Amino acid sequence: MADFLQQVVAGLASGSIYAALALALVLIHRATGVINFAQGEMATLSTYIAWTLTTNHGWGYWPAFAFTLAVSFLGGAGVHQAIIRPNEKGSLLRVVIVTIGLLIFVNGLVTLIWGGEVRAVQSPFPAGTTEIAGVAITTADIGTIAVVLATVAALWALFQYTKLGLAMRAAAVNPAEARLVGVRVTWMLSLGWGLAAALGAVAGMLAAPSVFLDPNLMAALLIYAFAAAVLGGIDSPVGAVVGGLTLGVGLNLIGTYVDFVGADLRLPVALLVILVVLLVKPTGIFGKAEVRRV
Amino acid sequence: MSLLELDAVEARYGPVQALHGITLEVAEGEVVAVLGANGAGKTTTLRAISGTVRRSGHIRFAGKPLRGGPEAVARAGIAHVPEGRGTFTELTVHENLRLGAYTRRERSVRADVDRVSEWFPWLHERAGQQAGTLSGGEQQMLAVARALMARPKLLLLDEPSLGLAPMVVREIFRIVRELNEREGLTVLVVEQDARIALRTAARAYVLEVGRVALAGPSEELQENESVRRSYLGY
Repeated sequence: MADFLQQVVAGLASGSIYAALALALVLIHRATGVINFAQGEMATLSTYIAWTLTTNHGWGYWPAFAFTLAVSFLGGAGVHQAIIRPNEKGSLLRVVIVTIGLLIFVNGLVTLIWGGEVRAVQSPFPAGTTEIAGVAITTADIGTIAVVLATVAALWALFQYTKLGLAMRAAAVNPAEARLVGVRVTWMLSLGWGLAAALGAVAGMLAAPSVFLDPNLMAALLIYAFAAAVLGGIDSPVGAVVGGLTLGVGLNLIGTYVDFVGADLRLPVALLVILVVLLVKPTGIFGKAEVRRV
Repeated sequence: MSLLELDAVEARYGPVQALHGITLEVAEGEVVAVLGANGAGKTTTLRAISGTVRRSGHIRFAGKPLRGGPEAVARAGIAHVPEGRGTFTELTVHENLRLGAYTRRERSVRADVDRVSEWFPWLHERAGQQAGTLSGGEQQMLAVARALMARPKLLLLDEPSLGLAPMVVREIFRIVRELNEREGLTVLVVEQDARIALRTAARAYVLEVGRVALAGPSEELQENESVRRSYLGY
């Protein structure tokens, strides 16, 4: 039983990382109707920036974390203004292809600057375990879950309680109407891209200590995040978080207790989740069916 | 002094020209109606004012040229309630009202919700309800209430009667009339229902294929042979 609970908590920790990246995908999809395929690579770039600051410039982990969040936010907003916005007039497919181009570009850029070798990243959390109700939980897992939950709570408060957050929601659900009440919709979309990039950075920086840092850090994580977002409902922020945690726990339990899956076949299981959800309930757990008036 | 002046305003949707030079004015404190058949350019006239359609010609508001997109027009003090309700259906009633005051300082929002709720007392009880779950009439009233939250100098109302029961329509126009009489609100209303529009407005313009065909005080237009035959049906 203790072993089972340990696996659940470990699943929650990796699941919270999926949730952060899934939430980034959902934020952008809600606002613009496209999946940002470069979300993972942008997060990889952010993670390298944090890594460089801590290993080469002697920064502490948390100052580097905060600085990277700020840079990622500005970078995300800048990408929207400079690259996405000029391509928004026209079909959505065009924007999707632009994000795929961005994925390849950022991946190349990271390899060019930092090289392809695999680097170890120090965990910000002390090694060791804490015993809670007879279950030994690693400090890193607790820390990871706490950081993601705090990030999600901060975002939720922004959207729920501030004028800016309300304007961002309005711009996402009904841009034409939002402009009529004076909301500068394009700015709101840029802000959304910035927040998504910052969320991705959180996911990348938390994931790096356990999976090592290389230019393809986020390739698999992005697929887990897709699965989480699809599972929860691609337009539902709550769904992204619940989907991420569910997927994390589920994959960890399957990996541990189903022999033939092990650690290596988790990725195909995530792909299977995407496939099954899209076949059985395309709107996900929390999604609403889109009604189009013709 | 006229608050709003349109001089030879043209507008087009892609290759289709919808307005062929509209000239009209609205004085401060006035209710003015724009009448006309489907496709005459009524809605496009409002869209040209609020900058939601590409326009040319001159528009002056409060003595200054009115330029830019809807965000700028909203900031200049014009609230546009578009055709087909115009509420954020996924947001709550209260959030809709808060958005109405978006261009203003946050501080007075609570007082403004109270002020606006005097006109629509049910808004208080329904504050947490999703706007999409309101009835059509309630959504239309919420759209008007949201526009009032901006304390606009000019309210643009597009077909407030669309798809609503006659009783609800009368209620909405009664409120518009009282807002005008008691708070001096200036209103430019586009309406299919010429009868109720002429009863509410002091003056009216009749549009035909993107041009002003007739203009004058409401009483005169009510007596006009062709207006009676075409729009009042007797």
